[in-house]
Amino acid sequence: MAFDAQLAMADHIAKITLIGSLDASSAPRFKEVIEEAAVQSPTKLVLLMDSLDFLASAGLRVLIFAKQKMGAGVDIYVVGSQGPVLATLEMSGFHHSVYIQETYVEA
Amino acid sequence: MTTANAAPGRIDSLEARIDYYPTHEIAGFRLRPGKPFPFGATLVPGGVNFSIFSSHAFSCILVLFEKGAKEPLAEIPFPDSFRIGHVWSMMVFDLDCETIEYGYRMDGPFDPLVGHRFDKSKILLDPYAKAVGGRDVWGTPPNWDNLFPYRGRLVFEDFDWEDDRPLEIPIEDLIIYEMHVRSFTQHSSSGAKHPGTFAAMRDKIPYIKELGVNCVELMPVYEFDEFENSRLHPETGEMLYNYWGYSTVNFFAPKAGFAATGRLGMQVDELKTLVKELHKNNIEVILDVVFNHTAEGDERGPTFSFRGIDNKTYYMLTPEGYYYNFSGCGNTLNCNNPIVRSIVLDCLRYWASEYHIDGFRFDLAAILGRDPWGAPLSNPPLLESLAFDPVLGKCKLIAEAWDAGGLYQVGSFPAFGRWAEWNGKYRDDLRCFLKGDAGKVGALAQRIQGSPDLYGWNGRGPTASINFITCHDGFTLYDMFAYNEKHNDANGEHNNDGGNDNDSWNCGCEGETDNPWINDLRKRLIRNAWTILMVSHGVPMVLMGDEMGRTQYGNNNTYCQDNDLNWLDWSLAEKNADLLRFTSYMVAFRKAHPALRSRYHLSNQDFMGSGYADISWHGESAWNADWSDESRTLAFMLCGKHAKSGTVCDDYIYVAMNSHWDTKYIEIPMPAPGSGKWYVAVNTGMPSPEDIFEPGSEPELGDQRHFLIPAYSVVVLVAR
Repeated sequence: MAFDAQLAMADHIAKITLIGSLDASSAPRFKEVIEEAAVQSPTKLVLLMDSLDFLASAGLRVLIFAKQKMGAGVDIYVVGSQGPVLATLEMSGFHHSVYIQETYVEA
Repeated sequence: MTTANAAPGRIDSLEARIDYYPTHEIAGFRLRPGKPFPFGATLVPGGVNFSIFSSHAFSCILVLFEKGAKEPLAEIPFPDSFRIGHVWSMMVFDLDCETIEYGYRMDGPFDPLVGHRFDKSKILLDPYAKAVGGRDVWGTPPNWDNLFPYRGRLVFEDFDWEDDRPLEIPIEDLIIYEMHVRSFTQHSSSGAKHPGTFAAMRDKIPYIKELGVNCVELMPVYEFDEFENSRLHPETGEMLYNYWGYSTVNFFAPKAGFAATGRLGMQVDELKTLVKELHKNNIEVILDVVFNHTAEGDERGPTFSFRGIDNKTYYMLTPEGYYYNFSGCGNTLNCNNPIVRSIVLDCLRYWASEYHIDGFRFDLAAILGRDPWGAPLSNPPLLESLAFDPVLGKCKLIAEAWDAGGLYQVGSFPAFGRWAEWNGKYRDDLRCFLKGDAGKVGALAQRIQGSPDLYGWNGRGPTASINFITCHDGFTLYDMFAYNEKHNDANGEHNNDGGNDNDSWNCGCEGETDNPWINDLRKRLIRNAWTILMVSHGVPMVLMGDEMGRTQYGNNNTYCQDNDLNWLDWSLAEKNADLLRFTSYMVAFRKAHPALRSRYHLSNQDFMGSGYADISWHGESAWNADWSDESRTLAFMLCGKHAKSGTVCDDYIYVAMNSHWDTKYIEIPMPAPGSGKWYVAVNTGMPSPEDIFEPGSEPELGDQRHFLIPAYSVVVLVAR
């Protein structure tokens, strides 16, 4: 499935909805959206992954980039990841760096 | 120069324009002359800097592939002007770092008599590649016709370590657990979600922590090829692998097949996550590194990296151009050539800084002290460089102080004040004493004190001695007392492989038995071994699974077995719960008593005015040790006031070791007045749970002057 990333800002919370496959070809688009969010200085970054089918290493790299770009004070929520996407996050250890949730609940 | 109000974007742009703009174009790729250092492929703004050394090549071509592709994406010859000295370097712009694999073709003389074996038909792996593709999933049969089997990949250095760094636990406080990443969790009983991987090991950290060891020594995790010399067993048809991995393909890259994410190319992240999590649990990581040879073998072996890049530099060669074989594996890395010395140093600095590795154990390290013609050096520059390297300044450096060429340096390895050694004599003497050999109490006394006979003469302390009774080479501890002979038929070498000097004892029956007397004796001997190891000065190392009675069914050389012979059967933790309880309490005992963990050798004198020497020796009579050849019983007492050279106060500790077949009536020395009463910490002659007591809950000894020590038993008392 073609990749898409949509940003919505509300109450200083950046929500990005990810759809399709996040691989080397789509990672630059995701990175653009992260940068777009970062300039608006959000207090939280919520990544909605219900409809993300696949996460390649390039996609994971952008997640790491997001963590660096937002800074230590901005919590990142990974919401609705499942199957191979969740497995990839766990195997690589990235799930230790973010909040993993089935549905978005504000901490 | 930046100014306070300059826009960050503007500065980035200026830097990019000044330093990194393309000046050439070849095959549609935009290029510029690269930077010779660092070697390898380095990400730079807008591109990748490729740099490789060869002192004898005529020319060099960078070969680029799309990940996994059979045919190259491009071959870019290095223009002559891109070579400085013996280094070809080139920046290539606009590469997709996620999807590129790279290698080199080197053209040069093929003249084995003078040491050159260039072959421009081969696409060569960069010795400095930070990740390697081609063996991404363990055990997936490779395409043997692949022209480029091991492929360099680019890695990002964006891992978030937070505040982690190497732990720097004092070496005298270490308790090392030697283990194989795949073997630890591959057995179905492990319950691991991703068996045999770094991720699975991470899930088992609570177990390691509960056992109490504070350091894991990982058998090779550098990229190796499990299919090197793989073959089918001639009788059983079972596939035999290069399982342990003591044959390196690349020194900088973690083994992708050990990563659950290897198929995604994320092995670097997965291993770093494991190290970070171990550190969070106060567990250090030592890597077993194999710099004595490579997987290219001798002149009959494949050419995939060093041989095709600069054979004469990287390998020790005979005057006729053949390979010296001090490793027993076909070739010998030319470690005291300055170029090779640099790669070893660069490699270890990389692992220490990028992976936060706490120390290294060097396989067949005596080779590292040989000159390019094989003669032992008195002052080997590589060993000196490692000892004084600033980045490695706090790393543990541990030598396997012998090689396959007959150089045995236990006690005489060039240490430069830094190096510790696997103490093979500790292993040999302990094994002999444990099974009741005559004439071993004198040697036992030396080993227990951290082997001052080996290390004291040149000012090295007990921490020079890595004490072990078992390691991956040889029998497991259970098998030590279940087999007299090796049983290596499964290796397909007609039982000719593996050592014959096991110093083992089957207790009366070869292998498994229902005889309760024999099984009871074996349990006792295992406990005796654990106890003496944990009360010895020096640094104890235990083998994965020995804490729960792992067996290899008498195979003492399981280097090729990807099966139950190597995999840890976790059901043993339940079956032998009493042993696991004993071993974890014994680890706790060592950690509870600083008197067992001194940096300096004991003096056998009283320098604290306690009226007792720091260590005193006893036998069946107190203060009267029997040092005769027929003696098999020895006891010692550590004066708690002398703990850590008198800087801390500990309990008095009394240890009686009886390897005689008879029970002995032992007179106990009295601790110094005011030092309390004797309590029983350990009695391996007793059934569980009275074989050991948790530190702090030891029962008082009834008769404070005498006790009976059963045959083949060890008793530990503490006075407080």
